[in-house]
Amino acid sequence: MDSKTILSIQRVTLSLGGKRILNDLTLDIWRGHVHAVIGPNGAGKSTLASTIMGLNGYREYSGDIYFESESLKDLTIDERARRGIGLAWQEPARYEGLTVETFISAGMSQTSGLGVDEALLAVGLDPDTYRQRAVDTTLSGGERKRIELASILSMKPRLVIMDEPDSGIDIDALNKIFEAIKTLRKLDSTVVLITHSLAVLRQADHAFLICCGRVVRKGSVSKIETYFGEKCIPCDHKNDPAEETENGSS
Amino acid sequence: MEAADLITALYRSVGEACVTSPDIAHIEIHGNNVLGVHLVNGLHVDAQETEYGIDARITVDNGIQISHPIRICFGLIPEKGSQHISMDITIEDDAHVAIAASCSFPNAQEIVHSMDADIHVGKNARYAYLEKHVHGAAGGIRVIPKARITLDTGARFQTDFELIKGNAGTIEIEYDAICGAHSILDMSARISGRGTDTISIHEKADLVGEGSRAVLTTNIAVRDSAEARIKNTLIASAPYARGHVDCKEIVQGNARASAIPIVEVNHPKAHVTHEAALGSVDSKQLQTLMARGLDEDAATDLIIEGLLTRRR
Repeated sequence: MDSKTILSIQRVTLSLGGKRILNDLTLDIWRGHVHAVIGPNGAGKSTLASTIMGLNGYREYSGDIYFESESLKDLTIDERARRGIGLAWQEPARYEGLTVETFISAGMSQTSGLGVDEALLAVGLDPDTYRQRAVDTTLSGGERKRIELASILSMKPRLVIMDEPDSGIDIDALNKIFEAIKTLRKLDSTVVLITHSLAVLRQADHAFLICCGRVVRKGSVSKIETYFGEKCIPCDHKNDPAEETENGSS
Repeated sequence: MEAADLITALYRSVGEACVTSPDIAHIEIHGNNVLGVHLVNGLHVDAQETEYGIDARITVDNGIQISHPIRICFGLIPEKGSQHISMDITIEDDAHVAIAASCSFPNAQEIVHSMDADIHVGKNARYAYLEKHVHGAAGGIRVIPKARITLDTGARFQTDFELIKGNAGTIEIEYDAICGAHSILDMSARISGRGTDTISIHEKADLVGEGSRAVLTTNIAVRDSAEARIKNTLIASAPYARGHVDCKEIVQGNARASAIPIVEVNHPKAHVTHEAALGSVDSKQLQTLMARGLDEDAATDLIIEGLLTRRR
């Protein structure tokens, strides 16, 4: 693994319920860059995020994943988090009775990221309004996503995986999330955006197109956007996409 | 121990300072001794000491709105003993009052604390009774709160029972409310059980008045070999009566939990719902906190802490 690579996924295959979801998938993530992993529904994008974080049910895979040259295979979720990996969920969990302040503070002991108020401001939420609110169903989807991201900012992880950051939120909330991605850049975090949205794709420096659990194309955002628009909307592969490679992050 | 020292010990055991403000009514009862009573305008308390406790009559006059919650501190500092509190509470029409009660048994090894209350909330009156228990680590206590509640037209009653610190021991809650027209009832209990604690809750509300509403909420966490049995009953018998029964129980280790929500509707324009969730900590909640670097135990404790936090 070279020095510019922070995360290396090497020939990872994972099956769920007898179905192969990740299929000999290989990709490298470069330190300090924003990457997008784009693909149609069912391509394996969220499974990839869950596998990197080591969520329950996503730990039995062949191949290996290296973070800062260390295999993640035997590490639990919290051990991976303490190594510096953070995950912003597509549908964040809600907690009865837990305040926003407590939730955001939960990860702060691990690193020296933004404080609670700073993190809330960074995602466009007023600390006085939100600090003592419960992270429960009284929050809208957009509010909850932004609080999820605020908690990530407070952790200052070295690698942030954001799973479908635009799902279920309005334009205003999405713009705040894009601002937060810029804040993560300033904090020297590496970002992986899991998405099927072109608007999110455009926030990245590099992109991977995955389909049927494998990388089918990688390279510049503009080229992946063009390819994705022409070939994937609607999807025209024959369920056995041949791998195509371009120069770019690899 | 002198009365003043006992009062200080009672408040200290629940992590609070003695009440000194003349604007705040307060009552302190240790065993069967009334240690202190301070009243405010419109509040009447007649407390008689009995062999094992207190017979008290509490009245808030018609239209009186008491701005600060009344502090009542019950308890027993020794390891053994009994305390039986009999209360007759009347909140007259249009009166507003809240009672913040703490029940402290920090050294309990062989204690019985029972409460038998008749509560009447008058027309358009508001009454909140928030009861916080602090027990010792031994769990040698049996707590038996029973209340019969009557809500007149437009009355509002909220009660919240909290037992989070110390071992619960044996808890047997039995509340029974009759709700008049357009009244609102909100009963909740939040209890943490561990060791061999046993928790039994039976809350019941009869929605007999048109447009009456009730919510019965129970949040319980049991671990080790603790056991919780929840049986909440909601009966709607009037037009536009609305109610909901909600029970959440987190179960760990060898603990056991059961919930039996009973909902009954006797009028075509009434509507009641129920929801119960029992089991281990929610996997997504747990993994989200672990993905923030908390180990499984710390994440579980945080989720339980949230579940047992009083709603705002």
